[in-house]
Amino acid sequence: MDEYKSGSNLEKILRAGHFAFTGECGPPKGANVDHLKKKFAHLKGMVDAVNITDNQTAVVRMSSLAASHLLVHEGMEPNFQMVCRDRNRLAITSDILGAHALGIRNMLCLSGDHQSFGNHTQAKNVHDIDSMQLIRLVTNMRDKGRFMNDEEIDVPPRLFVGAACNPFADPFEYRVYRLANKITAGADFIQTQCIFNMEKFRTFMHQAVDMGLTEKCFILAGVTPMKNLGMANFMAKFVPGMDIPDALKKRLKGVEKAKQAEEGICFALEQIEEFKQMEGVAGVHLMAIEWEHKVPEIAERAGVLPRPKV
Amino acid sequence: MIVADRKSLEEILAMVQEKHKILIVGCRGCVTVCNVGGEKEVEILEASINLARKTSDQPIEIETVTIERQCDNEYVAQLKEGINTYDAVVSLACGVGPQFLSEAYPDQLFFPGVNTTFFGGAVSHGVWEERCQGCGTCIIHHFDGLCPVARCAKSLLHGPCGGSSDGLCEVSKETLCIWDMIVKKKMEQGRLNDLLTVMEAKDWRSARDGGPRRSIREELIP
Amino acid sequence: MRLSYPPEIKVIQVPCTGRVDIIHLLNALENGADGVYVAGCLEGECHYRTGNLKARKRVAYVQKVLAEIGMEPDRVAMFNLSSAQGKRFAEIADEITARIVALGPSPVNKRSKTHATV
Ligand code: SF4
Ligand code: SF4
Repeated sequence: MDEYKSGSNLEKILRAGHFAFTGECGPPKGANVDHLKKKFAHLKGMVDAVNITDNQTAVVRMSSLAASHLLVHEGMEPNFQMVCRDRNRLAITSDILGAHALGIRNMLCLSGDHQSFGNHTQAKNVHDIDSMQLIRLVTNMRDKGRFMNDEEIDVPPRLFVGAACNPFADPFEYRVYRLANKITAGADFIQTQCIFNMEKFRTFMHQAVDMGLTEKCFILAGVTPMKNLGMANFMAKFVPGMDIPDALKKRLKGVEKAKQAEEGICFALEQIEEFKQMEGVAGVHLMAIEWEHKVPEIAERAGVLPRPKV
Repeated sequence: MIVADRKSLEEILAMVQEKHKILIVGCRGCVTVCNVGGEKEVEILEASINLARKTSDQPIEIETVTIERQCDNEYVAQLKEGINTYDAVVSLACGVGPQFLSEAYPDQLFFPGVNTTFFGGAVSHGVWEERCQGCGTCIIHHFDGLCPVARCAKSLLHGPCGGSSDGLCEVSKETLCIWDMIVKKKMEQGRLNDLLTVMEAKDWRSARDGGPRRSIREELIP
Repeated sequence: MRLSYPPEIKVIQVPCTGRVDIIHLLNALENGADGVYVAGCLEGECHYRTGNLKARKRVAYVQKVLAEIGMEPDRVAMFNLSSAQGKRFAEIADEITARIVALGPSPVNKRSKTHATV
């Protein structure tokens, strides 16, 4: 096998052909390191890498870079998320260098939700470059050893570079092309938005396989277990680009309230089972939103434990 | 054209609170076309301020004038006579107007009566929309004449983002997703390939980020 | 048939309420009217198609101005009635006069006695 791009655990797992299993953790709305570490502990040994979100939904939180570093300290592997909303190319570049220096080896490139969703709606947004150009920027830093201005870098950062993909945004026919473009830009792996509409996702994956995209890039399917019907309704209404089929809502509604969480987990487990078999899907990205303590149970029941060592 | 919205009466009244004699200056340029700072709107503002001040028993003397363009020193010069006899002057031109006036008449106080919003046009009677942000390097030929810099909430050069839904932008149900329009147009016209490249990052030096801009046309300089 | 309406009212006739502009309403108030009422044709029956609809929007604009400066927005309003409804006009005139009297004299001209303009 040729040389690793970053040598991250996630890269090794994927390159070895294992079915990857990644998790996610949002930094606290404050400097509460203890709380963060408790959340980390639930994920330890359960996932190959943990996405550390970057002011997700434009709500301000501890920086994803700092929280990623704390995760490294716990002997775990972060997938450092970076949005283009809050940084210009100078800040982006220096944070990438800093990330490498702090032992971070995975990075996820995102545009970022609009600030109008968050808690600092009066903020000016940056969007100096977009997520496509961010992928290009960081992979050029790594592979060519050059900054965006073409100057040479003294010790280039080595990061395994991911991008997001929402197959459920519109126009649907274009989504696979946008994915292709992210791969052209240099994405090593893709984590999709939470999938609830399996029918649509199957169609999407067919297209991706047909276009040969899954040969060039690892695609991790996004799974979010629903805690209850309220969460499903909330996400459908307030989270941009969510596609939550009525059938799922009906299914949650069909059981008594106390059992909705279990129903949500069952649906997630069925999804994971299908993804294991689905052509082109290289793993699952589990986003258990503010439900980190459930991850061990879900991982166990999904039969993805113990995580392979490469 | 440049589009603006009238400032609230409350804000304008606060600006002129201590003043006893003011001048309201309209402009026959863009703000007349977008019905915010032309002759008619000058009269309405005059009457509104008058009414407010009369009801609070603090009458005010108001004079009005509307000039051809406040962004042109030739017309600004027409105000010379008596400009310093007012306690303050409210300009209903875009943000350029009160600045040209302030520079021409440094001893007078000029207040903006409108909030200058964007470069755009009327899409229907009474509704104006943004079309351009004056980024200084126009690139809309890449996007079939539609501008993602001004019209995408994130100025994406590779959209639509994951929040685009049913042709609408994630920021609100009233905002069209320009990227949805771009992609659909490219698909319909069989030019999708145009979008399957990674565009160079935009050079923002030509935009406001490069500092205040200036345009020099040698051939016009006497 | 002669119908009487309150003597405080000064009627200004216009060919169509579409002719009534924001500035006219404001000027009337500025000059001390305690209230201004616009009586237009029934909606959908405007001879010039949308004159009365425009007038309604202008009235709304003036109401907003009044609210902003702390004057009762009810001092202006729009009514619709057909030209055949002379009796209705008299009724409305009574009603609005009562409403304006209830609001008291305009703060513009506190000493003057109540009068309205239609
Ligand atoms: S690309 Fe720049 S100059 Fe062209 S329309 Fe958009 S903002 Fe205006
Ligand atoms: S929804 Fe469309 S217009 Fe809105 S930010 Fe995303 S790509 Fe831009």
